[in-house]
Amino acid sequence: MAGPADTQPVVRIRGVDKVFAGRDKGRTTALQAIDLDIAPGEFVSLIGPSGCGKSTLLRVIGDLVQPTRGEVAVNGKTAERARKDRDYGMVFQAPVLFDWRSVEDNVKLPLEILGKDKAWRARRAKEMLDLVELGEFNRHMPYQLSGGMQQRVAIARALSFEPQILLMDEPFGALDEMTRERMNDEVLRIWQQTGTTVVFVTHSIPEAVYLSTRVVVMSARPGRITRIVNIDLPQPRSEASRETARYFELVTEVREALHAGGGAVDDSGMPTASVARTMAEGAVG
Amino acid sequence: MSAATGVAGRPAAERGPGIGARVAHGIRGYGPALVVAAAGLVAWEAAIRLLGLNAFILPAPSAIIGALVANWNGDRFPLAQSAQNTIIEAVGGFLIGTTAGVVVAFAASRWGAMRALLLPLAVAANAIPIIAFAPLFNTWFGLLNPLSKMMMAAVLSFFPVMANVTRGLSGVDPSQLELMRSYAAPESTILRKVRIPNALPYFFTALKLASTLSLIGAIVAEYFGGQGSVLGRMIVQSASALKFDITWAAVSLAAIAGIAFYMAIALVERVAIPWHASARGEG
Repeated sequence: MAGPADTQPVVRIRGVDKVFAGRDKGRTTALQAIDLDIAPGEFVSLIGPSGCGKSTLLRVIGDLVQPTRGEVAVNGKTAERARKDRDYGMVFQAPVLFDWRSVEDNVKLPLEILGKDKAWRARRAKEMLDLVELGEFNRHMPYQLSGGMQQRVAIARALSFEPQILLMDEPFGALDEMTRERMNDEVLRIWQQTGTTVVFVTHSIPEAVYLSTRVVVMSARPGRITRIVNIDLPQPRSEASRETARYFELVTEVREALHAGGGAVDDSGMPTASVARTMAEGAVG
Repeated sequence: MSAATGVAGRPAAERGPGIGARVAHGIRGYGPALVVAAAGLVAWEAAIRLLGLNAFILPAPSAIIGALVANWNGDRFPLAQSAQNTIIEAVGGFLIGTTAGVVVAFAASRWGAMRALLLPLAVAANAIPIIAFAPLFNTWFGLLNPLSKMMMAAVLSFFPVMANVTRGLSGVDPSQLELMRSYAAPESTILRKVRIPNALPYFFTALKLASTLSLIGAIVAEYFGGQGSVLGRMIVQSASALKFDITWAAVSLAAIAGIAFYMAIALVERVAIPWHASARGEG
């Protein structure tokens, strides 16, 4: 389950368990015996049914959740040290913008906390907003933007302080299919420009295959890694990548790995249906 | 991908209106209500004249205005002086109650133990008809001392401010806190950059409630005795002297003071938190 052996991993996870003490149902094992290495510059997706602990694993890497057992090393440090060194940029499913700050001031927030001077903050915010192609919206307030634009602001904010690792928790789960595909291209472009290591939680198989260098397939109850699929689609990827035979093989491979792990893609039903539809459309088109 | 991906790509000129425009827009928003109020007054006047209703039961608006003008600087019923004194009591109480409410809310949101202790007590205290304490307040703070009325206004203002600001400070979106944690932001920074801005809309909602409650507190406390030149005394004394036009004039002054107080806060809210839906007139 380890990553490429010839490079020093950015993230090194060994034997991580996470047990939540529930109030009435007793204890829930969210993660069990997780081993994972992530190399510098990799784009790793975590995919699995709901309750498989993929978001918990992301939060364990980001030191937002403490593992019950096991070790997490980030750049050879503890996850806590890495968080305090501001090694992580976080993007959640909701944009989590602050209503009272303009688009520009939202992007500047982490820079203020890091104590960067004013001129630097202004320059960096402009660079980042240009990167996500929202340069002319800098004075807008969040409520004046669409959901996709808000999420791009969140990405600009996460990248503003040049974190070594970008942690993304279903960042496009709330967007419609068209916007989601555009955002996928945007993230790929940013990843290529910045070289940041990305850990990306999703429940969409096509999204995971399209974006990633590796897809980590997880299963639920207890949450564990059942398979890691190397995505050897050539870089840089584009719309054409989605139509290659290899792409469909890999989508099938991930889907079978998910099913082998037990259960549908998602117990709630919604993602299962959307994945099935995407597959059908892919097969026809 | 172009910048026009989003739907809401409004041109910059349409963006945030200036403070002046927002105020003007706010006043325009009250236009229809003012027209209806004026029409109501005309209908009232007409009804009294046509039905020949006894002024004892309901004086006409013209009679009330007449009483207001005649007694503006009157000897027995000095309405202007009374309104001024009552407003001082209400605003004083409002300031005391709001300050105390904010202080307790900060403490309650900072220390969970304090919140666990205070909130049930506050809820219980809020269920008490505090007005019933007015005669006791006279004993504690002095019958003729305006402080006894101010404290009634303060106690009534305290609870909504404390409850709302506590909710605003502690009811922050958990994702926002996770984000701040990922930046390794110290608690003082989270307070300054997240909790306080988050609490501002709650604070203004509470201030609007407190503005009304403080005036109620002051006037009802005045009913139980105290210095003579206050609206509460004007109302009680004119009613017992059967000078109901003066009673209505005093009540009208109280109403105008209450509305003005409320609108002043709404105006400050509009300028202070233009990003919030309530200030944009959408919530």
